[in-house]
Amino acid sequence: MKIQNQRQVYGEILLELARVNKNIVVLEADLGKSTMTSLFEQEFPERFFEMGIGEANMTSFAAGLSLTGKIAFTNSFAVFAAGRAFDQIRQGISIPKLNVKIIGSSAGLSDFGDGATHQSVEDIAIMRAIPNMTVLVPADGIETRKMVRKIVEYDGPVYLRINRHDLPDLFPENEEYVIGKSYLIRDGRDIVVFANGIMVSKAVEAAEKLEEEGISVRVVNVSSLKPVNESEIKKFAEGVKGIVTAEEHSLIGGLASVVTFILRGNGIPVIPVGIEDQFGQSAHSYNELLEEYGLTADNILNSVKNILQ
Amino acid sequence: MSITVTELERLARTLRLDIIRMVGIGQKGHLGGSCSLSEIVTVLYFNRMKHDPENPEWEERDRFLLSKGHAALIQYAALAESGYFPREELNKVKRLGAMLQGHPDMTTTPGVEGNTGSLGQGLSMACGMAAGLRIDRKKSKVYCIIGDGEIAEGQIWEAAMTAAFYKLDNLIVFLDKNRLQAMGPVAERYNTNPLAEKWQAFGWHVAEADGHNIREIIDTLDRVDKISGKPKIIIAHTVKGKGISFAENVVAFHNGELTREQYDLANSELNKNN
Repeated sequence: MKIQNQRQVYGEILLELARVNKNIVVLEADLGKSTMTSLFEQEFPERFFEMGIGEANMTSFAAGLSLTGKIAFTNSFAVFAAGRAFDQIRQGISIPKLNVKIIGSSAGLSDFGDGATHQSVEDIAIMRAIPNMTVLVPADGIETRKMVRKIVEYDGPVYLRINRHDLPDLFPENEEYVIGKSYLIRDGRDIVVFANGIMVSKAVEAAEKLEEEGISVRVVNVSSLKPVNESEIKKFAEGVKGIVTAEEHSLIGGLASVVTFILRGNGIPVIPVGIEDQFGQSAHSYNELLEEYGLTADNILNSVKNILQ
Repeated sequence: MSITVTELERLARTLRLDIIRMVGIGQKGHLGGSCSLSEIVTVLYFNRMKHDPENPEWEERDRFLLSKGHAALIQYAALAESGYFPREELNKVKRLGAMLQGHPDMTTTPGVEGNTGSLGQGLSMACGMAAGLRIDRKKSKVYCIIGDGEIAEGQIWEAAMTAAFYKLDNLIVFLDKNRLQAMGPVAERYNTNPLAEKWQAFGWHVAEADGHNIREIIDTLDRVDKISGKPKIIIAHTVKGKGISFAENVVAFHNGELTREQYDLANSELNKNN
């Protein structure tokens, strides 16, 4: 299976699109070699704005650029892009529905060494709560490329969450990406796992192990948390004995909230896998953290079995 | 421009009458900080800015952004007098479903360039507009008004650094120095003085003017227009509630109500001079 780095893919597709679309402008808050906007900066310095360590100003400045017809991409770590600039996103961008794309990089626990201050466990909840905002979490490099292409075409504010690490390709290469749509990654009969981001690959891993034990698991990539096509989610949950949700985010306000709200009242048991109401911490590797917080294929596997017991 | 200073002075009083009309009787309205801007906004809309009320999206227009968005009433008055929308809208300000919201909203009001009112953000937006216009090699200027209470917001100083760093000389800022904020004198709360020295240190061209003297505002704008390579700020010395005797320098009229008597008195004072 091919492995790609999401932020590298993001930097490359942004540059590729900017060669054609002269309205694309990019803003950075001193993390360009992490977010990979450095690729854009090298080729289009006149459309690149280094805003220093000032996410609030960067975000409102992006609003101003969009008011002159630009498609403005703001870039920082997710925790700052969504958290530090919340009011600027809410007031100046989301109320008037401006064409600003907020890129939350090194999201979730993926900035493992820097600890709680740099790990975003609540960014999706914050962004989802803002009216007019679109919230997207790609599962791999293929989907990242398709999503960036699509959000350039879409006129309005978008929050896009990018992982820092290499992820295996899972998204069907020939499938068209549509904002709001959920994607069947692997079909199965007994249990459906709704996942996004890195947890899609963990869900596939769990499904493969469970198949050997005769348990058939359907894996659905809910990469669009807002908007989300509700009837699709209901359809994917038809005929199964249980549901597992899996996300690299707080259980408050993310994928578990989206899915359980849509499926409320249908009586199917649900086990949510995600980060309990707590902050992250430093570790020497990403995997250590994922294990510490239960964001593993094994945890998904056990959740599936618990439902079936 | 063909319009005379005397006519502009009369227009500024007309805009104040519009403000009184919008505030009405027994309803709160941001009267003080709107009246302190009457002459500045009059000069911008009726003497200075290239704009076309028939075509609010005209690409070559100058931009106006009211970072101190709570003074929306003065912008609404100027937009109505310019012909962006019927004057009847002024009677419906802040009513449920109204075009004229409590703070400027570009989605409802023709001529409003951005959503401001969460203080400290408009200057950054104005910088972004100035940068965007420069990418497109437009000659348009961006005019932005900030308040002296507003500059306690740290983002103002982030924007101040940005504008100087990017040499945004198509950006002209007015600082409405009316010396009062919502709860009392600025200097007694969070002293933002000295202003000129601060903005100079941040790399701006700084000018000062009597914010109620039309001639002086025009002359100052003429002078700053000749400066290139840096953003410009005009520190405008103003009086909060200017033109209404009982409201001048009175904190209660930052966002206050008028009684029937006060409403009539304000109208007669402004009409007398008009």
